[in-house]
Amino acid sequence: MKKVIKKHPLAIRWFHWINFPVLAIMIWSGLLIYWASDVYRLGWGDKTVLKFFPTSFYKALHIPFRLAEGMSIHFFFMWFFALNGFVYVLYLIFSGEWRLIVPNRKSLKESFLVVLHDLHLRKSVPTQKKYNAAQRIAYTGVIIMGIGSVLTGLSIYKPIQFQTLCNLLGGYEWARAEHFTLTILFTSFFVVHIVQVILAGWNNFRGMVTGLDVLAENKEMIAAPIGVSSAAFHNQPIVENKERFERQKKSEENHADVEILNEENPLPPATKPADYPGKSEMISNDEIIPVSPKENNESQDK
Amino acid sequence: MNYKEEIIISEKKLRKRTLISFSIFIVLLVAGLLAWNKLHQQPKIEGTPGTLRKGLNFNGTFFSNFLSDDHLAKTYPLSAAVAHVRVNGDAGMENDFDTSTWKLQVVRNPGDTLFLTMDDIKSLPKTDIIFDFKCIEGWSQVTHWAGAKFSDFMAKYNLNAQTQMQYVGLETPNKKYYVGIDMRSIMHPQTLLCYEMNGKPLPMDQGYPLRLIIPVKYGIKHLKRIGTMYFTNERPPDYWYERGYDYFSGL
Repeated sequence: MKKVIKKHPLAIRWFHWINFPVLAIMIWSGLLIYWASDVYRLGWGDKTVLKFFPTSFYKALHIPFRLAEGMSIHFFFMWFFALNGFVYVLYLIFSGEWRLIVPNRKSLKESFLVVLHDLHLRKSVPTQKKYNAAQRIAYTGVIIMGIGSVLTGLSIYKPIQFQTLCNLLGGYEWARAEHFTLTILFTSFFVVHIVQVILAGWNNFRGMVTGLDVLAENKEMIAAPIGVSSAAFHNQPIVENKERFERQKKSEENHADVEILNEENPLPPATKPADYPGKSEMISNDEIIPVSPKENNESQDK
Repeated sequence: MNYKEEIIISEKKLRKRTLISFSIFIVLLVAGLLAWNKLHQQPKIEGTPGTLRKGLNFNGTFFSNFLSDDHLAKTYPLSAAVAHVRVNGDAGMENDFDTSTWKLQVVRNPGDTLFLTMDDIKSLPKTDIIFDFKCIEGWSQVTHWAGAKFSDFMAKYNLNAQTQMQYVGLETPNKKYYVGIDMRSIMHPQTLLCYEMNGKPLPMDQGYPLRLIIPVKYGIKHLKRIGTMYFTNERPPDYWYERGYDYFSGL
């Protein structure tokens, strides 16, 4: 038997995998357009540190003299990018899923700890739900960036018809620079995202396709990850209580990643059944035993 | 909010589910790649693969809903206008042009052409405009132009019937550069039959003696050196449209 978590709802997986190629196409066709007037650079005065983009970059990707093609692609796929993003945001709002993504008060501080952990400078990570603090900030960031790309894009596409918007963004030239900057940020996000997905491993990637996050083998789970209770194996929903919380905190301070659960060291009993969304959507009743939501997960969520 | 629903599932069931999910994933991936390839291999309509051309046409129709005479291009003070105006194209501007014999040919109806001199155009009220000229390549420049409002010109020469047509076609005298413009855009109050730049007659390379200035469109529609003008309900041929660009090219 395998213990799994229903991690990513089907809708989220669709939004994600539609967005991936569409955003890639938008960035690619955007490059074809940008080439025709490639004015941006990093630097000051006459000093240029990085030109966007070097000739060799254009040559390698066969970008030059494809402005018309770029525009026809960009202004076709813009609809899919905007619509998919729009429905995704609606889904987050109405499903309540936004609570798992939008940063909370602790997120900024905790995100530093997550980064330190990812850089192997710190052993433990703060407890998390679906996403850690750094993920919350990053994923909410890309949603805002997406909205920004649509608005800046619209105001350079139709600056006279959407003049108020264009003026709010600082005018035509500024809106173009903002649109470009957002693209660079998207590309940076993409690189970090890919690296993190590779580091997080197969289980995490599989989760984005199947929706399931596979935990350790059921029968071999004697040493349980922090936060997973023995009650989990006895079909008993639990929620955290003060004692459980204190124990977890203590373990964290000791940089312990696992805690031995046995008769001398049992986990305190559950206080009341947890109420969590999606409880009713079991795969099939005879094969599945619902167990508890838990606070800490050994696997890295991405 | 707790998101996690933990379930115990048999390995067989997990394998089956993984297999199904990845099969769908790979099928969609391959379908997507095939569709992307197909999109590029479609027969071209005026330089652009069919579906993408339809997309551009749809966008033109969709966004022209937002266009109105109340949406004016932003105008600037005289001090904002640049002294050195960029020259970005010379199609139709070959050295085969005799300025002394130039007349604007207005084809009111097939076989009924009106010939106008520069004095005729200059007899109309003169309008100055300083606006951000936008090139389809991405650059823009605040420039100063002056001429007769296109709508004034149409009224003066009793071309009211012609304003009911859908398009205006414009050509250079040698017919090597040509554009088609939807009536609503060309009748926009900022559209000029332009004969001055920076307070002086147009330079040769800016379309002397008469060019179009149409701020609600990209530069490709601002035809220099107007030779002939005609009215039609069919899309007039358009130089850059034939080379894969959007017909509407509106801002």
